[in-house]
Amino acid sequence: MLRLPPHEYHRPRSLDEAVELLHRFGDDAMVIAGGTDLIPNMKHRLFEPAHLVGLKGIGELRGIRREGGALAIGAAETLASVARHPEVRGRFAALAAAAGHVAGPQLRNAGTIGGNLCLDTRCTYYNQTEFWRRALGYCLKKDGTVCHVTKVGKKCVAAHSADTPPALIAFGARVEMRSPSGTRSVPVEDFFVPDGIRNNQRGPGETITRILIPLSFVSGADGAPGGADVDAAAGGDADGAVNRIRGSPNGDEELHLRSGYSKLRQRASIDFPLLTVAVAAWVDPGGRMQRLRGVVTALGARPRELTGWDEIAEGEALDDDVIDALAERARKQCRPLDNIIVDPEWRRAMVPVYVKRALIQLRDEPPS
Amino acid sequence: MGATNRIVDLNVNGDRRIAGVPTHYTLLETLRYVLGLTGSKQGCDKGDCGACTVLVDGVATLSCIMPVWEAEGAEVVTVEGLARESGPHPVQDEFDLNGAAQCGFCTPGILCSAVGLLERNPAPSREEIKEALSGNLCRCTGYTKIYNAVEAAAERIRTGSADGAGRR
Repeated sequence: MLRLPPHEYHRPRSLDEAVELLHRFGDDAMVIAGGTDLIPNMKHRLFEPAHLVGLKGIGELRGIRREGGALAIGAAETLASVARHPEVRGRFAALAAAAGHVAGPQLRNAGTIGGNLCLDTRCTYYNQTEFWRRALGYCLKKDGTVCHVTKVGKKCVAAHSADTPPALIAFGARVEMRSPSGTRSVPVEDFFVPDGIRNNQRGPGETITRILIPLSFVSGADGAPGGADVDAAAGGDADGAVNRIRGSPNGDEELHLRSGYSKLRQRASIDFPLLTVAVAAWVDPGGRMQRLRGVVTALGARPRELTGWDEIAEGEALDDDVIDALAERARKQCRPLDNIIVDPEWRRAMVPVYVKRALIQLRDEPPS
Repeated sequence: MGATNRIVDLNVNGDRRIAGVPTHYTLLETLRYVLGLTGSKQGCDKGDCGACTVLVDGVATLSCIMPVWEAEGAEVVTVEGLARESGPHPVQDEFDLNGAAQCGFCTPGILCSAVGLLERNPAPSREEIKEALSGNLCRCTGYTKIYNAVEAAAERIRTGSADGAGRR
């Protein structure tokens, strides 16, 4: 039996009211949407806020719709609704697959996409009861001074363990946040910082409002959705992202957005990832790729974008040799730590295996 | 900060239930320790095992990690509310006929997950049944009979056959 620490629960009816409550209570308040991460953490006394500000009843934070050159997903949309949304499934298959593989069904019915971005980092020595942590003298991330993973380090290495951010980064998505001082948006990759204690740049009193995913090649180029010179395939097609880029050197060239997603975990349900891989690229009718991006997570404090892929794959078709070269490049960059209770050597050996699986999905069939 | 009590106004199994509860209570604690509905089980108590699963507006929900205030305005159905006036819910009856419960601790949560599935998908495939129950742990490992029971219940609901009489 795990009791929650005493607190007051607030149910604001609008975003303005939520922002006002967060401002009024300051450090004594935390936001709660699905609560699937926060409530267990509170039961473990990792957080003891005096006030919870609930976001689920706020209509402005719901909805999945096209806006400008982007698909805008409300932060309080559940992972289940993201996973089954026709346009997400058709156009951003890796995101639908990532959302559809988070934890188990009940957790996806409650957990939200905004909450998945804010998921606290996880570690063998952190996600334990107060009694367990006290017996070990606590740890660097919470109440203590020693990191039991690195023994000597002064930097927390708890693992970023959310499934949707790698897919969102691969698609060039931005995250929009609201605070008393206004609204801002940053690329999802910049939302995260390499510190396991607090691994994102969401400020005090700030809350995520929307996720914006560019719909076209051009709108994704500068990271700012809204490319005007693109004919983003005659509205509403759910079976693939098609763009005709006018005035490109090769004349009218059709690029399809394709993606892949793979996840390693002990059981096929409920468990957090030991490794998550998302890949996405714009592919022409000849199978040649542009802007291939690959992102892995569950290794360090933030998602890691794989580097050096451009020189291997830009303008190339995804044949088996290219896939092998990309997978090997990924393995060289990934060095899992002993922060999750599974052998880091084995997790490292699985990096090229799961990168290959994701790339084969990108090439042959979308993930489901 | 000490615990404060407030009045919560719930709809549980079709009854309006108004009660004073500590502000930090979960839905599960309210069901079990305030309303006396002990069918929903407190297993891991942190959202892993599924033993506390109830239906909130028809959606399978882990009541152990849901602040009770979020259930206000929703229809909550627990295992106690599944039976119909004519008798057990077909899923309950088929659990009995198929021997789908062993120790029984996971059963209330699995029944709620299964009823939630059949209400949105009256003809689920075996794979869809497995997926829908993948958030409910059974440590007696009786899953085969559980899947058989849900399949049989779905068939019975679709064909409108009243009960499993004659198979007992």
